[in-house]
Amino acid sequence: MSTQSAVVPNAKFLKQMDDTIKVNVNLCFQCRKCSAGCPMSYAMDYTPAQLIHAIRLGLKDLVLNSKTMWLCSSCQTCTTRCPQEVDIAKVMDTVKIIAVSEGVKPAISSVHSFNKAALRNIKWFGRMYELGLIGDLKMRTFEFFKDMGLGVKMFLKGKLKIIPSISPGRTLTTWKIFSRVNKKERI
Amino acid sequence: MITYAYYPGCSLHSTGSEYDKSFRLVAKKIGIDLEEVPDWVCCGTSPAHSSSHLLSVALPIKNLSLVESAMRQEVAVPCAACYSRFKFALYEIDHDKKLAEDVKEIIGSSFQNKVKVLHPLEIIAQIPAQTLKEQVKEKIPELKVVCYYGCLLTRPPKVMQFGVHSELNAPNSKGDDVEYPITMDKILENVGFEMLDWSYKTDCCGATFALTETDAVLTLTEKILKNAREVGATAIAVACPLCHANLDTRQEDINAKYNTDYNIPIFYFTQLMGLAFGFNQKELGINKHLTPAMAGSSE
Repeated sequence: MSTQSAVVPNAKFLKQMDDTIKVNVNLCFQCRKCSAGCPMSYAMDYTPAQLIHAIRLGLKDLVLNSKTMWLCSSCQTCTTRCPQEVDIAKVMDTVKIIAVSEGVKPAISSVHSFNKAALRNIKWFGRMYELGLIGDLKMRTFEFFKDMGLGVKMFLKGKLKIIPSISPGRTLTTWKIFSRVNKKERI
Repeated sequence: MITYAYYPGCSLHSTGSEYDKSFRLVAKKIGIDLEEVPDWVCCGTSPAHSSSHLLSVALPIKNLSLVESAMRQEVAVPCAACYSRFKFALYEIDHDKKLAEDVKEIIGSSFQNKVKVLHPLEIIAQIPAQTLKEQVKEKIPELKVVCYYGCLLTRPPKVMQFGVHSELNAPNSKGDDVEYPITMDKILENVGFEMLDWSYKTDCCGATFALTETDAVLTLTEKILKNAREVGATAIAVACPLCHANLDTRQEDINAKYNTDYNIPIFYFTQLMGLAFGFNQKELGINKHLTPAMAGSSE
């Protein structure tokens, strides 16, 4: 008989959460209002309440490899309704950030690719340049024909600009902000 | 004329340009002057808050510091996602002194924290009903309208405080109701539209997943369209370019997936106000919608 417990607590993980965003997930008493109200829980592998519980148990691998946080639409319903005022939406963001920083492959890679493409776009142009973003996303996801028809229709309606609005001043602003954030977060 | 700084955000310069157009036209009619913030940058939206807490606060605060440099104390922010990020950033620096210091260093400019962030709904709600009614032309399009507020205008209330500055709500109120807001309904009712009650005012449309988890958007948006149709609505009014994009551009995909026949026009609330004020569909950018609007509404 194995003497190893099925649950290997990882108090460090919980503390990491507490330190970065000052949200105490130990306040959760599993009422599951967050999961009942979550519009995306139907597609998640763990409901928000289950993910919070897994964090409390220190199940770091399970949490970081979960689809749950990548399918969070940041609608803030969970955070709004939590009777214990646990900022669940913020926990979802933080779990994504920790997963990426520790090199865990995102369970829903398209969402992560979109985030990366969008941030690069903002850094370069100062503002979101949709056609550039769509192109960049397609290069990352290899879904070249997805929504092609819709894209053409939107273009014909004048909803997508061919040429990005460029201003050296704006690019300098975002470039500086991104590099200073990068520098600070690596310390 | 009351002057506000104006932060249109990226969507209002592209996919939601008709929101920008119609807001500017309507604002002018009711004595609101909009002064675009010089060299504003993107608020960072979901990709920023999903990737770096610091970045997600720094980008909005940079923009608010530009508002201060332009000597303005109130900024109109029509995109619900930008509005949400601005309110969150202010809340965060109010509650975390260390973060506030870091952000100051990162944006490289001073920020006195003296700017009030307002959604156009909050601004228009401060205008007396009589002023709105005076602008209304005789013939109002015959539409039965439900108002869709989406996620981010009201949630979470301790951060958003949506409608706190609006005179339509009782004095000293805590703002509009978080699950059942009425600000947009009251404005559109005041300009003469027939408003209907429904259950999906603040449900999520899938917003940020428009290009990635598109199937989720179809699932969530179908529920919204279904309830709108069930209560007899012939139009949905929105106050967010992401809500508009998901509801307006995905009806064909939804019909293919669910074997339905949705064809419900989605209007920015400013476009409906514009129609009531006598502007034509082209002036208000209604011709840019993918789901066509009803014919005969003062073209």
